[in-house]
Amino acid sequence: MSSVLYDVPGPKARRISLIGSIIGVIVIGGLLVLAVMTLAQQGIFDPKRWAVFQIPDVWVLIGNGIGATLAAAAVAAVIAFPLGLLLCLMRISGNAWIRVPTRIVLEFLRGMPVVLMMLFVLLVFATSSFVAVVAGLVLYNSAIFAEIIRAGVQSLPKGQREAGLAIGLTSFQSRLTIELPQAIRRMLPSLVAQLVVLLKDTSLGYIVAYGELLRAVQVMADFLGPQYLFPVFFVAAAIYIAIDLAVSRLAIWLERRGSKRAAGGVAHVPVAGIPAAK
Amino acid sequence: MDVIIENLPQYWDGFLRTLFLSVVSGIIALVFGTVLAAARVSPVAALRGFSMVYVEIVRNTPLTIAFFFAAVVLPRLGITFQQFEVAAIIALSAYTSAFIAEAVRSGVNSVPVGQAEAARSIGMKFSQVLSLIILPQALRTVIPPLINILIALVKNSSVAGAFYVLELFGYGKQLANANGDAVVWVLIGVAFFYLLITIPLGYLANVVERKVAIAR
Repeated sequence: MSSVLYDVPGPKARRISLIGSIIGVIVIGGLLVLAVMTLAQQGIFDPKRWAVFQIPDVWVLIGNGIGATLAAAAVAAVIAFPLGLLLCLMRISGNAWIRVPTRIVLEFLRGMPVVLMMLFVLLVFATSSFVAVVAGLVLYNSAIFAEIIRAGVQSLPKGQREAGLAIGLTSFQSRLTIELPQAIRRMLPSLVAQLVVLLKDTSLGYIVAYGELLRAVQVMADFLGPQYLFPVFFVAAAIYIAIDLAVSRLAIWLERRGSKRAAGGVAHVPVAGIPAAK
Repeated sequence: MDVIIENLPQYWDGFLRTLFLSVVSGIIALVFGTVLAAARVSPVAALRGFSMVYVEIVRNTPLTIAFFFAAVVLPRLGITFQQFEVAAIIALSAYTSAFIAEAVRSGVNSVPVGQAEAARSIGMKFSQVLSLIILPQALRTVIPPLINILIALVKNSSVAGAFYVLELFGYGKQLANANGDAVVWVLIGVAFFYLLITIPLGYLANVVERKVAIAR
């Protein structure tokens, strides 16, 4: 990929890049050392602060936080996917009375911050914060799923639909049995990538007082004292990043596998019109 | 409905603050993200490595974590801000730049190989190939995705409202607390002002997309 931009380096260029690498490592390493030293001055690496992780209850709280995060994400994903399919079908329907209102609703849902939808559900329907988080995630992500699947349907060769209609399927049957399965398969990497977004957005639950991982960190810091904030926060952030990285890897793996196997391949770059990953 | 009209000054103030946060973080993120993308394709291994690690970690970090770090953890470490806006801008631009870097990189990869080869064959250096030949063409194809990232940035700025910045979402929460009987209208008002930014931007992305598609 990157070799597009420059020739295979010769001895001189290799020497220059090596020197560049060494300088780069020194500069970046220096900045890191500086950061670590500043942290050390604040007493971050005092073993007493990290001893907090010897308390079993701390892990219970972290575990509860992870559980709450994953529960909200799982429930939201399970509801949002079929809803997204339905919205997609309505969005590409031949009937303008269905298509146009769906389009307006989708534009509306995609244009609003997720946290605003969570707050709306929480205050207007006086639900629990779990329901508010899930509802906010479902509303937003089903709209995004619908757009991703729509992009998949539109990327199919025209003949797929024509052949379906020619053998006497109704428009709806053709969508359901011929186009959607292919579209979903093509867009699988994008759909999984969107799951990362959904997972990350559960942390917005912090704002509506849902007891997810970040909220657990704050509760612990309030309870144990602010000096423990950094260690607990650091561990929580690492957990979040580890979970999200794992799902991201899955999306990349699916993409590689898909582009090898599927005849038409899978979509590589999210089609514009789908908001970029949050 | 009355509640929106009565509190129009707050809405307007929040709207401007949201715009301010988005524009400032957007500009910083565009510059930093392009630098990161350039580092990612450069011949220097250390820069490639740094850029990759940064992008991978930041892209997989929830925005709320970034905000929490900038607004809550940093001050406890002795780095204090006069205004929480600064913390919000740091969080938003650090977060958004990773997505911009990825978009620009995929744009670089979309430029035909021959362009770089031709540039090299007339004796251009890597920095010249990148800045004069590749990036100008790449930026064209990445404008629609970039606009989408900026739309996400506008929506993401709402998180600042939960971290002591009085922008649209922050005012929305405040007004909702003060007007318990008219919460629906308060929040519809907030939604309206967000859509005022995001829907035209989305329309712009579609138009640019169509123009570029014809040109290539």
